[in-house]
Amino acid sequence: MVFLGQFPALTGATMNIRQGEVVLIKGPNGAGKSTLLRLCAGLLPMRSGIGTVLDFDLRTQRMELRAHIGLLGHRTGLYPDLTVSENLKFWASAYGANDIEVDKAMAFFGLNDRLGSVQVQNLSEGQRRRTSFALLLIKRPSIWLLDEPYAGLDSNGRELVNSSILQASELGTTVLIASHEIDKIGSTQERTLFVKGGRIVSDSDQDSEG
Amino acid sequence: MFRDAWLVTKKDLLIELRSRILINQIAPYTLLILVLFGFALDADTETLRDTGPGLFWVSTLLVAILAIQRSVDVETSDSAIDRLMLSGISPTSIYVGKTIGLYLQLIVLEALLFTVMVVLFDMSVVDYPLVIVSAVVTTLAISSSGTLYGVIASGLGVRETLLPVLFLPVLAPAVIGATRAFGDAFGRVNADGWAWLGLLSVIAIVYTLVGMLTYGNIIEDT
Repeated sequence: MVFLGQFPALTGATMNIRQGEVVLIKGPNGAGKSTLLRLCAGLLPMRSGIGTVLDFDLRTQRMELRAHIGLLGHRTGLYPDLTVSENLKFWASAYGANDIEVDKAMAFFGLNDRLGSVQVQNLSEGQRRRTSFALLLIKRPSIWLLDEPYAGLDSNGRELVNSSILQASELGTTVLIASHEIDKIGSTQERTLFVKGGRIVSDSDQDSEG
Repeated sequence: MFRDAWLVTKKDLLIELRSRILINQIAPYTLLILVLFGFALDADTETLRDTGPGLFWVSTLLVAILAIQRSVDVETSDSAIDRLMLSGISPTSIYVGKTIGLYLQLIVLEALLFTVMVVLFDMSVVDYPLVIVSAVVTTLAISSSGTLYGVIASGLGVRETLLPVLFLPVLAPAVIGATRAFGDAFGRVNADGWAWLGLLSVIAIVYTLVGMLTYGNIIEDT
């Protein structure tokens, strides 16, 4: 059980996700999708229940877990006053990545030299999203948690995001995606959870087994 | 720890360099405060010289509130704090890095404020080492407690109004000590400024240690 203030935002979430799976989390607004992702990231405390992510206990080892998580939330987590390149280089240093990895990630998401020198506050929403995705490639976390990752992206951007998700999944990265906008990614290890009223009410994995 | 802390400091200073909020907005505000104090206390230079040390530290505290709010805003406006927490950088390193960044910005503002005060109020310093050391130590007390209280006020969602209410009483002992030390350094009060500096040092060390130990728990709850 997870509370946001006094509000019980997540009250019944039982799931077992395997490495390399791509999990679509669907549900109406306020269902608890974002809360579920933030819980898996180790950013929210669990009031009751048990949970393990990458063998880290969600009650006692949240700090240790976080370094292995890549979270793309509603907000991009970038510094608006810094340029794209400065943002990426700062976070790359924090993640222990080098300039070559930064250049590769920028190239993958079409963040060319001209965009690299633009302050983030002057970017479009889609360009900010691409910059955030570039940070996922730079960090190389074991789990990607994507909250409405397609918001603001054009068709080209969506294709790039899908392509990066599939590549990551093939390399063994587990991806959880909360989104209204898609029904399918195209991964062979795809699965859909439906969340409503703070509970997981449907799981395609269990449905198919049943 | 220090590598990560320095990374955070460099990032904060780079953000300041890009946004120029310190130079274009906070610094003019600092000077305005001092000039207004001058008008309020009339053109009696003896009164201004006597009250100068106190005015300096009150002005510093007022601008420190703006700098602290800005320092917190940098991390919270687009949820960069979440990314920091997921980066593997320890909360202690984040705290130390942000404290050093705030410290360096406040030192620049204080140097500006000091220069204007000495010229405007026609003051002369009799003990420069005491001025420098007490400014260095008091600024550490302000920046270490400010970094901590900025996050506390931010978590309560009413940062603009709550920060001064929480922060100013905590800094009251430091302001008293710093004013006494500066008064002695300017030859305006009959006090042992170096003894007050001892008190300031204890305050700065305690605030910094408390910040290092508690910052992690506080950002968890915000």
